[in-house]
Amino acid sequence: MTIHAANFHELRLDRIGRRFGTVAALHDVSLTIRKGEFVALLGPSGCGKSTTLNCIAGLLEMTEGGIWLDEKRIDKLRSEQRGFGMVFQNYALFPHMSVRKNIAFGLEMKGVAKEDIRRRVDEAITLVHLRGQEEKLPGQLSGGQQQRVAIARAIVIEPPLVLMDEPLSNLDAKLRLDMRAEMRRIHNSLGSTTIYVTHDQEEALSLADRIVVLRDGSIRQVGTPEELFARPDHLDVADFMGFRNKLEGVVVSVAGEEAELAIGSARLRGRVRNTLKPGDRAVMAVRPDDLEAVAPGEGSLPAKAISSEFRGRGYIGFAEGDDGRELVFAASRPVKPDETVHLTVDPAQAVIFAGGLQ
Amino acid sequence: MTGTQSPLRARLDRSNRIAGEASGQPTLRQRLRAQGYDGTTLLTVPAVGFLLLLFVYPFLYGLLLSFNPKAGGILANYARFFSDPFLYETISKTLWLAVPVTLLNLVLAVPVALRVRAMRYQRVLTTILVIPMTLGTVLIAQGLLNYLGPQGWFNRTLLTLGIIDAPVKLIHNYWGVFLSLLITGFPFAFLLTLSYVTGIDRNLERAAAMLGAGSWQRFQRILMPLILPGLAITFCLSFVQAFAVFPSAVLLGSPAGPTRVISIAAYQAAFEEYDYSMASAVAMVMGAVQLLVVGCILGARGLLYRGSTAGAKG
Repeated sequence: MTIHAANFHELRLDRIGRRFGTVAALHDVSLTIRKGEFVALLGPSGCGKSTTLNCIAGLLEMTEGGIWLDEKRIDKLRSEQRGFGMVFQNYALFPHMSVRKNIAFGLEMKGVAKEDIRRRVDEAITLVHLRGQEEKLPGQLSGGQQQRVAIARAIVIEPPLVLMDEPLSNLDAKLRLDMRAEMRRIHNSLGSTTIYVTHDQEEALSLADRIVVLRDGSIRQVGTPEELFARPDHLDVADFMGFRNKLEGVVVSVAGEEAELAIGSARLRGRVRNTLKPGDRAVMAVRPDDLEAVAPGEGSLPAKAISSEFRGRGYIGFAEGDDGRELVFAASRPVKPDETVHLTVDPAQAVIFAGGLQ
Repeated sequence: MTGTQSPLRARLDRSNRIAGEASGQPTLRQRLRAQGYDGTTLLTVPAVGFLLLLFVYPFLYGLLLSFNPKAGGILANYARFFSDPFLYETISKTLWLAVPVTLLNLVLAVPVALRVRAMRYQRVLTTILVIPMTLGTVLIAQGLLNYLGPQGWFNRTLLTLGIIDAPVKLIHNYWGVFLSLLITGFPFAFLLTLSYVTGIDRNLERAAAMLGAGSWQRFQRILMPLILPGLAITFCLSFVQAFAVFPSAVLLGSPAGPTRVISIAAYQAAFEEYDYSMASAVAMVMGAVQLLVVGCILGARGLLYRGSTAGAKG
């Protein structure tokens, strides 16, 4: 394998921002990405993740801040001078060029010698498992194959940084899983550095070394998948990490990292993410898997069952709480509509945030 | 023997008949539908009628008329056309106007369309650029006659600025017609080019830039190959328009000299010599030349990539 990533230490975003008229699409984003990292930018649409990526790529000019590749400031360079690889959401393969020519394009632009181009393109084609498809046009390939060409085209120029803009969103569910593994394999085998934009938390959790959660143009939280999954800093991050149930209540007692919340007639305990004292309003966030239907008992949360679905290992139930909010919970048997279910949660799996719900 | 065979045969006959009805020969309606013809096909009847009445019939009528000259054999008109330089030279004169004008229009339309595509107020500019098309050739010819004339603004400005010593002659010659064709033909070429250019996925250029291609390389390697088939069509349509030039060749050109275009020859045959047969023959020659040029361009276009201009499977 002679394709490898270019050498550098880190890419630094120094308080970058981008305004569209009076609207700040991106504000005060600072981030350091080290060589070899796989970083996911995660957030709902409009959170600024694609704006960030396009600023790094040079496809969008920033209105504030700077981007540094080690000691070199690169934000004034044009895209073609930055030398980053990019995989677009719709792949953006050149429709009039064969697979081989698409992949060779970047090397030709760099003025690499003919024989070297041939050798490196062959290697890239092998790497993405596209042997035998070299002379086809992109239109003759399946979605997954087009995706592979797009990746090969981006990595064959040996860029210090590979930028990916929701590359899997156009694929069907099964292919998405395959390509996900494939992308991580390619990243590892080349030792490349990847910035990956996605709105899919599962994708981010499974691929990334580090996840950057963005919201309204600012960074909300940066952490490893494990950190974000277990200890979200904000309610919106928790929401994004799959904490679908939000229970509003009043703090009864605080003991170290743990607090007890009065939610209607129920008393549930969880881990505290902010400073709280008894009497404060707070919200408890719980994943569906951790909110369990149990026998009626002290402190459990009663709710009116609506329906349930079979999920292989058990059932997932839907119910309505006293405040009218939908609750999603795990059940060991199907629920009957309108029956009262009693829900409880393992304190280690519940997170409590100060404040109320809108 | 018969007694034992006939019930068997009857059963076979019956089962064959049932099979024939259920899965045998499809009905006429089913066969037509499989070919893509159904009730809605009838909706094309008015269009086909118009085409037959207003295009096919007049064309065939003219063709037959051209083989029925005032004097001589059936090919006498064509023989006269190709033996009289005053007539056959109209082909080269018209080509000499139409081809450069069409090429120049395309060369101008591409950069303007590329620029307009990137603009926010696309519609305003497009409207301004398209206005000449709505004015009609005669009005433009009239305007140019004043503007480009010896006493017109153009010459007076240049004279005042001291750029020229004597008025430049721009009307009643080749250049008058050339400029008028350029102005009337540009909006058309521009609109068509714009539609081809805007059909190209912007991400293709972004991808090329990320791979190190500068703006010229992006144009040459990505944009140009993708719009070339569209430009070929634009060339054909613009060329056919320019080749049929008549009012501006008369008003702005020298209709007896270098801008004696082929439609003038047809006009003179029809309305000065009252020889409709000869006029039809000239019209047929005109059509043949147009067809030849268009055929060559489309033939060359067949060699180009003509697929999708999107960056992914549609």
